[in-house]
Amino acid sequence: MTEVGEVIAERVFWIDREMLKRYADASGDQNPIHQDEAFAKSVGLPDVIAHGMLTMALVGKYVSDWGGGSKSVKEFSARFVKPVIVPAGEKVDLTVSAVVSELVEGGARLTISATSKGVKVLGMAKALVAF
Amino acid sequence: MLNPDSVGRTFHGAKPVSVTQSEISAFAEVIGESDFSVAPPTFSIRITLEQSQAILSDPEVGLDWSRVVHGDQKFEIHRPIVAGDVFETSATIESHKVLAGNEIVTVRSDLHSKGDLVLSSWSTLVVRA
Repeated sequence: MTEVGEVIAERVFWIDREMLKRYADASGDQNPIHQDEAFAKSVGLPDVIAHGMLTMALVGKYVSDWGGGSKSVKEFSARFVKPVIVPAGEKVDLTVSAVVSELVEGGARLTISATSKGVKVLGMAKALVAF
Repeated sequence: MLNPDSVGRTFHGAKPVSVTQSEISAFAEVIGESDFSVAPPTFSIRITLEQSQAILSDPEVGLDWSRVVHGDQKFEIHRPIVAGDVFETSATIESHKVLAGNEIVTVRSDLHSKGDLVLSSWSTLVVRA
């Protein structure tokens, strides 16, 4: 039985350059800051960064798995506060956890935390999940 | 700088957008989702962000897309997207403000199928000074 304050188990997703390429192809977002290190640095970024929407898609997977599938997610929002930095040859973590913040008829609202290398990457991340 | 007259305007997609199974499957595979029967919750960004770019970059609207970063994102999903869906698309520039020289624009995108609203998506975009 779900209760307000229930903590949902933390989960780690691993992001590498290959995943960024696959996400670029699947989403149509071919912005070179997500694939080309020289370009990313030329516009003042420390390195290639993950698409904010890839981060959100992975958090969406976390929420979907808790809710019982993609169809369970009714509302989903987040602010992109810091980029996930993806150096060549590395797998960087996206560490996700959540708490049930409210019970509503037929579902629950979650407040979600997402960090990479200990840095908060999403702010105000929330979802409404239908059971 | 965004043309202030464009705030509040709604732009309709020139032609309907169809969703294929291979698009849903490819998107799902990237995030490790093995159920391809419905689209993952954020799949619609594939449709709406490109449309927002086209609208906002139009010389009449005047946003400099090359300096855009995604500030925040929200979805309201009335039913999941499935293969074979054909959407009428529209996008409304809901707000525009300038903070410390950065422009902040919120665009709401709606996907309708056979007259029903399937999904609304709000993208807040920041144009760096």
